[in-house]
Amino acid sequence: MRTLKYWQAINEATVQCMEADPNIFVAGIGVDDFKGIFGTTRGALERFGRERVHDIPNCENAFAGVTIGAAAMGKRPLVVHPRNDFMFLATDMLFNLAAKWRYMFGNKGGVPVVTRAIVGRGWGQGATHSQSTHATFAHFPGLYVATPASPADAKGLLVSALTGSTPVIILENRALYELEGEVPEAAEPIPFGKGRIVRAGTDVTIVGASLMAYEAARAADILADQGISAEVIDPRSIRPLDEEIILESVRKTGHLVVADTSWATYGFSAEVAAVVAEKALGSLRAPVRRVTIPDCPAPVSKPLEDAFHPSPASIARACLDVLRSDVAIGREVADVQAAFYGPY
Amino acid sequence: MTTTERPHTAIADGALPPASAALELVRAMMRIRTVEETLADLYKEQEMRTPTHFSIGQEAVAVGVSGALRPTDVAYSGHRCHAHYLAKGGDLRGMVAELYGRETGCARGRGGSVHLNAPEVGFIAASAILGETMAAAAGSAWSFAMDRSPRIAVSYFGDGVVEEGIFHETLNFAVVKQVPLLLICENNLYSTHTPLEVRQPSGTTIWERVRSYQLPSVIVDGNDVFAVLAAAEEGAAWCREGKGPYFIECSTYRWREHVGPNWDYDAGYRTKAEVDSWIAKDPVKRAQAAVVAAGYCGDEQIITWSAELQQEIAEAVAYAKASPFPSVETLLDGTY
Repeated sequence: MRTLKYWQAINEATVQCMEADPNIFVAGIGVDDFKGIFGTTRGALERFGRERVHDIPNCENAFAGVTIGAAAMGKRPLVVHPRNDFMFLATDMLFNLAAKWRYMFGNKGGVPVVTRAIVGRGWGQGATHSQSTHATFAHFPGLYVATPASPADAKGLLVSALTGSTPVIILENRALYELEGEVPEAAEPIPFGKGRIVRAGTDVTIVGASLMAYEAARAADILADQGISAEVIDPRSIRPLDEEIILESVRKTGHLVVADTSWATYGFSAEVAAVVAEKALGSLRAPVRRVTIPDCPAPVSKPLEDAFHPSPASIARACLDVLRSDVAIGREVADVQAAFYGPY
Repeated sequence: MTTTERPHTAIADGALPPASAALELVRAMMRIRTVEETLADLYKEQEMRTPTHFSIGQEAVAVGVSGALRPTDVAYSGHRCHAHYLAKGGDLRGMVAELYGRETGCARGRGGSVHLNAPEVGFIAASAILGETMAAAAGSAWSFAMDRSPRIAVSYFGDGVVEEGIFHETLNFAVVKQVPLLLICENNLYSTHTPLEVRQPSGTTIWERVRSYQLPSVIVDGNDVFAVLAAAEEGAAWCREGKGPYFIECSTYRWREHVGPNWDYDAGYRTKAEVDSWIAKDPVKRAQAAVVAAGYCGDEQIITWSAELQQEIAEAVAYAKASPFPSVETLLDGTY
């Protein structure tokens, strides 16, 4: 199969879905500029022009409402936020109106607004450009939250979002944008609520969404050098969450580590731990471990930033802890953005 | 765009439309008044378990604006949405059943008084969060512009929304994108219990401040249904011609308490003299007097309508009370 980079897969899915459905339009701040949101909206602009790729004023709050009103008339808006941190300005609309629309208006129809947002990491972007909002959005019934970790999933989940009937938030980690992988040529949907086994294993289960699925796989490589077999689970969407794929793995390995790009407190890692505690406690042979960002805002200075983000080594160390292994990690691996060349 | 094409002045008393149209407006206002007063009385039975913001005193705005709309146009409202829903053609039985929490309600008992909706007649949504539906209305209007459709969207909101950030974001967006959005500000002078003068800059008016966004903006006597109709017809035509949004401030007054069926003369935030001065400007009686004086109908017609409307609301209440509650097995239905 041919390969594409993560951003190219998003670009391709957007164009294919827009070809199939004339009601889809792309909108957001700067979606039609020369950078094209890291290339992801460039194809749509070239193919369909500004009739269907709309630059907008700075109005995250109103614009989320605008897209809801357009969706109520049968349009299928695809909104793009270059920084997901700005979505806090849109939360009233997404939580109070989009998420509740179908239910509180009597189940007559939904407003399937699709919102793509990019999560920053590294390069000193600091407190307001380096956080992931996935758990916040996943708290609210009525929304779907997808966290694609591979080029194929970036395409397939976007296709599902643009052909479904539910408002969807898709969070894309910037560190994954240059990742290359096999991607089907056709616009094949990947269903929400269906996780994937990134790597099969028998000793310990590592659950990680988005970038952490990738980093967990690299942690598994490190562990394999020490003869430890880790199974890596990528939920692909965190709402709905594929509980069964996680439970089945934990029943097999008896050990669970959850890695996350956000805080532990009330977060995705807490949710996974709670699901396992409720439904597979008897299978656990050791307490669950969470590997997350520490309980402070993201710093800027390089040494602080390096210590802030979970790494393959920190995930591997957590696995050794739950396995009560005194094996030392054999090697460190390069930071996922080591090759990144600024400016961001 | 050239805002100079439109007068930025107050519109005087509306000229009386032809008899059939004028009589229709009067009956529509009487219908809303009858429904609201009946529901306010029944509310005390504690069977309508939903916070309810009655429209009594503000009927002329909804009826005058709806008189300028086509069935294919859409409208959005806020928490005080009963009049807007009914004037756009929302089913009375569906509204009453919704207040009683029944499965036959317009939101199947999931929405309540502040989330009325009737998409089949173009009343798309109402929401209790200030200003939310203003942006949604702009989005529907934008979709009409994309399709080069002659449809327009109406957003009803109160003077309180003017203080919200979304008001300014939406005005900016609507003007930049030139969307067919008719903005109807019902200025009833209070946000809950807080008067306008402590919430907005003194010495200014809402409609004049809006003009700085470069859209036509006018003020009308919101208790004169014929004046509201005339302004809304101008505004609707402006929007339909593709010239962008149009803003109408309607001066009016809420008679009852902010939420609930009672009078609140004694609550201390406004005087009985002030309330009485607005009751003296009753939009319903004023319109009735105008059509009788014009010889469009006699007093007996008003009396006949009154009896018919009493009968209609009584039947709607009976229908609601006889309707089943939603079954608990359906609690999660409609989440996705």
